[in-house]
Amino acid sequence: MITASEVSWRYGATPVIDGVDVIARPGRVLGLIGPNGSGKTTLLRLLYGALRSPTGTVTVDGTALKGLSPRETARRLAVVVQESGGETALTVAEMVLLGRGPHLSTFQRAGAADHDIAARCLARVGATHLAARAFGGLSGGERQRVLIARALAQRATHLLLDEPTNHLDIRYQHEILHLVRDLGTCAIVVLHDLNLAARYCDDLVLLGRGDVVAAGPAGEVLDPAILEPVYGIGIRRLDLDGNLHLLFELEART
Amino acid sequence: MGVRRVSADVLGLTARRRRTTLWVLGLVAGLIATGVIAVGTGAIAIGPATVARILAHQMFGLGDVTWTPPQEAIVWQVRLPRILLGMLVGAGLATCGVALQAMVRNVLADPYLLGINSGASSGAAAAILFGVGAGFGQYALSTSAFLGALAASLLVFLIARSGGRVTSMRLLLSGVAVGYALYALTSFLIFASGSAEGSRSVMFWLLGSLGLARWDALLAVAAIVIGGTIAYLTVNGRRLDALAVGDETAHTLGVSPDRFRMRLLVVVSLGVGVLVSASGSIGFVGLVVPHLARRVVGATHARVVPVAALLGAILLVWADVVARVLLAPQEIPIGIITALLGAPFLLILIRRLHATGV
Repeated sequence: MITASEVSWRYGATPVIDGVDVIARPGRVLGLIGPNGSGKTTLLRLLYGALRSPTGTVTVDGTALKGLSPRETARRLAVVVQESGGETALTVAEMVLLGRGPHLSTFQRAGAADHDIAARCLARVGATHLAARAFGGLSGGERQRVLIARALAQRATHLLLDEPTNHLDIRYQHEILHLVRDLGTCAIVVLHDLNLAARYCDDLVLLGRGDVVAAGPAGEVLDPAILEPVYGIGIRRLDLDGNLHLLFELEART
Repeated sequence: MGVRRVSADVLGLTARRRRTTLWVLGLVAGLIATGVIAVGTGAIAIGPATVARILAHQMFGLGDVTWTPPQEAIVWQVRLPRILLGMLVGAGLATCGVALQAMVRNVLADPYLLGINSGASSGAAAAILFGVGAGFGQYALSTSAFLGALAASLLVFLIARSGGRVTSMRLLLSGVAVGYALYALTSFLIFASGSAEGSRSVMFWLLGSLGLARWDALLAVAAIVIGGTIAYLTVNGRRLDALAVGDETAHTLGVSPDRFRMRLLVVVSLGVGVLVSASGSIGFVGLVVPHLARRVVGATHARVVPVAALLGAILLVWADVVARVLLAPQEIPIGIITALLGAPFLLILIRRLHATGV
């Protein structure tokens, strides 16, 4: 479980996140949604400690994030960031094996057990066949799967993903999020696409200009009355076969 | 769902490890052979068998004396320290190059990028032209150069740190700025001294030479510092891997990028400072050898660092051999040889990079 209370961040004089509370519960997928510039990525970075909030606290399973060393943090939180690392000359297998780093001491080399874990994580994302390939030569979707395999290799209790579906075609978008759901770990996902959020997230936090506009079960947050003023677009909600779908229309045309 | 063990080398990692071991063994053998041949080569040629016997006698007291005293003096007093220094400088430049390329995430980075050699040059020029550091006796030149290198790295360090975070771009820019400023200082010192002889010596030093090598404290210091640098970088290979992928990635893998980059800066500054003080600026080795090493054993730093060290050591000693024999008895500055060999090599690399689309 990850909780944040009263966290904030400012770039220069502009507050990007202003006293925000978040709770990510065990076994559930929490989506962070909101328009461009609403502070989704900043909030995620506050949650995994890349940014240190000057106010409030972030805790992981009851322990304050501040008190954890970088390695301890990496054993609890596995993060898939947007930085692709596409220029690296590492192979896919070596890339995934980096996920074992937080579990090894400085003088320890990755052993057979670590190789085993890396191989199983690659298999888990269906990328075993890529193992010997150069990471830099992969397509966007393949890369994303490998990065998730690396995060899995960290054997952390929480998984955080920053727009994991960016630049992916529709099939990969669903595959990746389906995989995240299937893991059953506590996950926090930054998402742009509200329909993907509806489909794969249990809970949602809707951000608007650095503040939480709404937070709760996905079905409650994805209410046109709540979303329309935040996104500035007309929204129609359809419930088909128990699934929720959103349709969008520019208000000027309605 | 049962736990399946992955038996075969699915990840291709075992094959890679075996390949690295073979390369390291081969390169160690190559390094020893290089040493023996290089010690025997020069204005007075001495056969490898005699060289091996002299070395065995000197080091382990083995065998009978079947050589002349001048031969022994040439091998033991003149050439061996020079070749050892060459190995240290080659290994040091190559590994510091590896570290810098990871630190600033740029394959064109080399050990001189941070302006350390410009600082050393200013120090050396001050010593040669104005007798700065004369109190250090025979170590005046190297001490002054080292202090110059230290001042340069301190400046880079302070400028790069001023924003609180040491990003790769900040490091790169401050290194280039400090480098240019100190280059100007060196030029000014040469101009102000008005001594033709002095400026010739500075020029010679700037192009690099192993001519200062003898059995002295400098060689011992170089051995300790370079040995330490290689060990530190090898042990921290996994951190270097993470840093080379990106700052955010490093952070999520439990490596604090700013703190680690700072430590690397200290280690590399010390290493390059010592090298430059002992041999002047020898270009291209620190730029080209890391690429060679990566081609041979892949990008994992725990492997790249030792292989680069061995390759660098071998290459630099051969460059020195060429520098000594090409226009013998005149000695060509070794920096000219490494640049002549390195530039075409770099062009080949660029073509290869284009071909693979990286």
